[in-house]
Amino acid sequence: MKRTTLLATAALGLGMAFGGAASAQGMDKVKACFVYVGPIGDLGWTYQHHQGALEVVETYGDKVEIAFQENVPEGADAERVLTQMALSGCNIIFTTSFGYMDPTNTVAAKFPDIKFEHSTGYKREHPNVSTYNARFYEGRAIQGHIAGKMTKTNKIGYIGSFPIPEVVMGINSYYLHAKKVNPDVQLSVVWAFTWFDPAKEADAAKALIDQGVDVIAAHTDSTAPLAEAAKTNGAVIGFGQASDMADFKPSPRVSSIIDNWAPYYVKRVGQLLDGTYEQVDSWAGIPEGEVEIGEITDAVPAEVKAEAEAMRDAIEAGTYHPFTGPINKQDGSVWLADGDVASDGDLLGMTFFIEGITGDIPQ
Amino acid sequence: MLRLEKRPSPSRFWQGATPVLAVVLTMIAGGLMFAALGKNPVEAIRTIFWDPLFHPQFASYSRPQLLVKAGPLILIAIGLSLGFRAGIWNIGAEGQYIMGALFGAGVGLAFYPADHWFIFPLMVIAGALGGWIWAMIPAILKTKFNTNEILVSLLMVYIAQNFLSSMSLGLLRNPQGGGFPGSRNLSQYPAASNPELFAGTGMHWGVIAALMAVIAAYILLQRHILGFHIKLAGQAPRAARYAGVNPTGLVLLCMGISGALAGLAGLFEVAGPAGQISIGFNVGYGFTAIIVAFLGRLNPIGILLAGLLMALTYIGGELAQFMLGLPAAAIQAFQGMLLFFLLAVDLLSNYRIRLGYKKEAI
Repeated sequence: MKRTTLLATAALGLGMAFGGAASAQGMDKVKACFVYVGPIGDLGWTYQHHQGALEVVETYGDKVEIAFQENVPEGADAERVLTQMALSGCNIIFTTSFGYMDPTNTVAAKFPDIKFEHSTGYKREHPNVSTYNARFYEGRAIQGHIAGKMTKTNKIGYIGSFPIPEVVMGINSYYLHAKKVNPDVQLSVVWAFTWFDPAKEADAAKALIDQGVDVIAAHTDSTAPLAEAAKTNGAVIGFGQASDMADFKPSPRVSSIIDNWAPYYVKRVGQLLDGTYEQVDSWAGIPEGEVEIGEITDAVPAEVKAEAEAMRDAIEAGTYHPFTGPINKQDGSVWLADGDVASDGDLLGMTFFIEGITGDIPQ
Repeated sequence: MLRLEKRPSPSRFWQGATPVLAVVLTMIAGGLMFAALGKNPVEAIRTIFWDPLFHPQFASYSRPQLLVKAGPLILIAIGLSLGFRAGIWNIGAEGQYIMGALFGAGVGLAFYPADHWFIFPLMVIAGALGGWIWAMIPAILKTKFNTNEILVSLLMVYIAQNFLSSMSLGLLRNPQGGGFPGSRNLSQYPAASNPELFAGTGMHWGVIAALMAVIAAYILLQRHILGFHIKLAGQAPRAARYAGVNPTGLVLLCMGISGALAGLAGLFEVAGPAGQISIGFNVGYGFTAIIVAFLGRLNPIGILLAGLLMALTYIGGELAQFMLGLPAAAIQAFQGMLLFFLLAVDLLSNYRIRLGYKKEAI
């Protein structure tokens, strides 16, 4: 009798131990894998993701192992790469480009025990898929302010990658803040339809410069637009995109948006290690340190620099939202009334230009 | 001293042995390159050639993927090999592949969301037609104006690529795609999709078409008068003319077959593994197929094996990238070595290597 009770208690204890473990069990070692759309040497988007991956190793040492693959096309090949990674024992897979959205969800359905993290997308069709993005539009606001103050021709340019909400949002924020300080400013947008193609990016920059544009912002991954601007002997300035691109300091690179993925990667892998990992939809910005503003160089007058830094500090403190009304849509209809602030849902589905931008979003 | 002596006729032994020798030499040179990059060369070669087939974790997935990757390569290469044998150089299969995909997907999407049994067969016909039309342009220019089909067919690739971009952004764009270029996903439209026919085998209609093309080309070249004409035109154009071969007809036929097969490959790819028309839809199958055709010595059975080998280097190369951290560029260099060595050792089938100086003939 006594013995049976003892056994039963032991079994119960064991059961509880295992049951408890299933919900909040940490891991001794995590293999984190990364899928990149460009080469890690692009000095922009992919480079920054890889820096984040390296930071994970730096933080956890022997407890993590990373693996990655560069230049993965956004299509049929991505699905195979993801499946092979899953089979190779990755515990968490970060897919770092918008075009991996469908493959990520398809493969995640087949591997429910593996965590998938898709960057810049919106589909979370399975409990093991999380999405993460950064509020780049906050950085675009500061660039727009500098562009509006610095342009001499009153023509500023933007190299768009693809006409998706993410990019449209950046264009709107850039134009809005340029227009605020310079009502005469005109914006030209050139669509490159690539994330990483230095030759096409250079062509786009050339086309803008030929139109008289003297401040260029880019939404593509390489340093080619800055290299084009550098050929104009200081007549044209631009910004580091995704990475600091400090080689082009002090001009043409007068400031930059730095994507700092390290805090997010370190946090998520850490949560997997200590068992607190949950599905999320993360969208952090300047306040969390995920978007950083690279040094504003002396090519920018001190007062403009001070204003730009004040805007950055206000965004960081949460006292200023770059999309604060009144803002009208391109067709003149009201989007945000005076004092209203754009909702995240509105921003993530943004498929319209704001009032004053000429030209259409490719349909 | 080494000296080359032309063989009276190409050596049959070396014709069969040179592809194997090229693969072995590629492994050695590639191994040296991997070693120079600080990786274990034996492990790298094993990851590329052995793991996709026999690795306990991956093989059950990557073996069928070999067929998926090899299918379009074989289908295109078979078509190209007929022309190459006759001395007709279609270098623009990539463009014909794109046009086949656009025509086929266009027909499928025109019916969306209707469900009829005839949609997919109609897409197959449209795909072949798209590739055929694109190949007819350089073919007719050659027969009418004696233009160089190598240049024209190659330049047509760039036109096709721009056409693809414009279609992804415009006419064929998914209206529910949130602004991102690219068509609807055909794999989510059953009437127009080309799914895996037997789960876990990688077999889709494109793979079956590739196997049928291998058999048809084999019979054509071995048993049919047309196959004889093709071979004759390549080896002895003047003799072919005396034998009654019509050179104009042969150009139209060979370009047409290779274009239609490339178009089919594009259609099966867009309706199957790729799923949609997008700006980056073409990943170079049309160009890689040229390598496959020569690696297989323009012989249908050889092309079948060469296509599988090429697919193996792709899939193994991917494994090597993330398992061993080899850079993507090293894998591309490795594939380049394969073609380089193949062309280099080809010398052995036409020449003998002799030691010593040749005595001057008087």
